[in-house]
Amino acid sequence: MLTCKQASQLISQSLDHPLSWSQKVMLRLHLLMCIPCNQFKQQLKLLRVALQRIRNATENDQNIQLPPDVKDRIMRTIESDQQ
Amino acid sequence: MASNINNWLNEHGDYLYRFALARLRDPHLAEDAVQETMLAAIKGNSFGGESSARTWLTGILKHKIIDLQRKQIREQPVSDLVDLDNSDSTMDDFFDQTGHWIDKPQTLNMPDNNLEQKQFLAVLDECMSRLPKKLKAIFLLRDVHELENENICKELDITATNAWVMLYRARMGLRKCLELNWI
Repeated sequence: MLTCKQASQLISQSLDHPLSWSQKVMLRLHLLMCIPCNQFKQQLKLLRVALQRIRNATENDQNIQLPPDVKDRIMRTIESDQQ
Repeated sequence: MASNINNWLNEHGDYLYRFALARLRDPHLAEDAVQETMLAAIKGNSFGGESSARTWLTGILKHKIIDLQRKQIREQPVSDLVDLDNSDSTMDDFFDQTGHWIDKPQTLNMPDNNLEQKQFLAVLDECMSRLPKKLKAIFLLRDVHELENENICKELDITATNAWVMLYRARMGLRKCLELNWI
């Protein structure tokens, strides 16, 4: 039987690569009777969604602009790099 | 060429900066990413006009984001790496000796309301900024930049085990931080 610690590790890993058949079975069995680990799984799902939103929000925020002094700095760096 | 860069900066600079900031979550790193992109653009000079300049520059930027995060990870002291092998000890805060949760995970919900959702995302941003540099770098590459797990290992030259341990720790820390600061 998996402990909650092991189950939580598999839940996290399943976001990155497919679990083996036996890992899947063990995790499913654990989740059938463990409410906290189901909560944890939900938390990671929510985290994923929230991260996409936060990324999109920054990408689409027209108020965020490259500061003018940074633009100047980049131009100067490139000019000195070219000489 | 310099006038090209000037045009690119004026036309696409803000877009590239937002793109970088969205994935690096750090204004200084995002500025560096834009600068590195421009330097590579002028050196490579491989813009053939088949794609739009913006698409081309964004393609360069995506690689520069990975390069910058790799640097973040490499600059960390060696002791951090050693500590990774000892991953069990740092998870003691979450589980007791029998592997049961010490504090059971709470229900986390994303607010529907716009303003509250903004606040929620601000808390998440703050939580991310508190992650150790190295964890933050790998976590952002995987979960925000959405680099494939395989490529994470290749680009950062770390083992699959190191990668999952770090990602696990980052996610564990973040969801706990959200519980403490949002609910």
